[in-house]
Amino acid sequence: MRLIHGFGVAVAIIAAAGAAFAASEYEGAIKARQGLMRLNAFTIGQMAAMAKGETPYDAAAAQTLADNMVMLTKLDTGALWPAGSDNAATEGTNALPAAWAEGSDIGAKYMAWSDASVAMQAAAGKDLASLQGAMEALGGSCGGCHKAFRASQ
Amino acid sequence: MRRWLVRLAILGVICVVAGLYLTRPRTFGAEALAGLSADPARGEQVFWAGGCASCHADPKAEGDAQLLLTGGRRLESPFGNFVVPNISPSEQGIGGWTALDLANAMHYGTSPDGHHYFPAFPYGSYVKATLQDIVDLKALLDTLPASERASEPHEVGFPFNIRASLGGWKLLFYSDALLVSGDLTAEETRGRYLAEALGHCGECHTPRNPLGGWNRAKWLGGAPNPAGKGTIPNITPAKLTWSTEEIVEYLTSGFTPEFDSAGGHMAYVVENMSKLPESDRAAIAAYLKKVPSVE
Repeated sequence: MRLIHGFGVAVAIIAAAGAAFAASEYEGAIKARQGLMRLNAFTIGQMAAMAKGETPYDAAAAQTLADNMVMLTKLDTGALWPAGSDNAATEGTNALPAAWAEGSDIGAKYMAWSDASVAMQAAAGKDLASLQGAMEALGGSCGGCHKAFRASQ
Repeated sequence: MRRWLVRLAILGVICVVAGLYLTRPRTFGAEALAGLSADPARGEQVFWAGGCASCHADPKAEGDAQLLLTGGRRLESPFGNFVVPNISPSEQGIGGWTALDLANAMHYGTSPDGHHYFPAFPYGSYVKATLQDIVDLKALLDTLPASERASEPHEVGFPFNIRASLGGWKLLFYSDALLVSGDLTAEETRGRYLAEALGHCGECHTPRNPLGGWNRAKWLGGAPNPAGKGTIPNITPAKLTWSTEEIVEYLTSGFTPEFDSAGGHMAYVVENMSKLPESDRAAIAAYLKKVPSVE
């Protein structure tokens, strides 16, 4: 009886360790993609500050930011979003399973961001009015994915 | 012994009947809307402020497709899933309703055939809406496209699916009392109306007791996500330290001061709020500064 009990405890410990290991398996990818999102936020934030007149418009700086944004959209981030790293399957993320689901339109929404970034790249270094004009589409493109694929809070 | 049991049973029946009578669904008298004229243009402001499309449109609808109020979205809660009905002006929706029907639904949570609605429909907030706004909203709803999709029943298990029990729920928790009182400026008063009545912010942002009624002492103090994971934030001044300009920016674009972009249900709220005049968003921000802090 004690042998079975001990065996049961051992299995439980191994299972728990396995589960813990599985949870941390995605931790690197999750932290990396959240960092990437912060970089997106920082980049667009600097441009928005110019657009809103909170910081003086600087054509060269704006161009650099817009070029960076396009580079960010071009990163191949497949490894950052492995299957099983959604908020239903693991901890530490707000990414909804809908993003990985069959027929999810995440590709189209991503393209909206990419297209808006390219438009901003053409506009940012010209003058303030062009930057402001391209801002709405770029800012709005964040919501496309966040509305559908990110859990509240 | 048997005589006492019989008397107890009769007493029990009397109590149930009395209870059902005392908590019967309430309605307005026929004269309640007399003299009110309907304006669909004003109704459109009520529509966006009230967030009707965010629940009643198809979950995947974008842009103008949100105006087809076909229903079908599932609202998850600890009591089960509430399936949102079709409220488009069709036979499957609310095509035959009068403005009085809508007023009874939004104010009392009573259906046209005299049953209680589940408070997943936030009449606990809409009770504070003015009858003029409701009449205007009805005019707007009548202009929207029709959907023939049949509404589905709620996926709520026993005992929560007993509608008559909502009479008891209303007795305990239904109130038209304002949550923030005191000397408010005109702007703050407008913000209170938008937040407490139409915007129904408290429905998500206020913690509830096990029976699903608000913990009014912790108004807007944050709550667990009823759909499961995560929490809905505390937006009282203790935790929401943004300036009013930053709050207005968030309600306009969804961007926080750090340029994090709103996700999940709040993204829908931002979409609705962005359709109101900026003065309304500023009013909501002013109101939020006056909400008692919840730690």
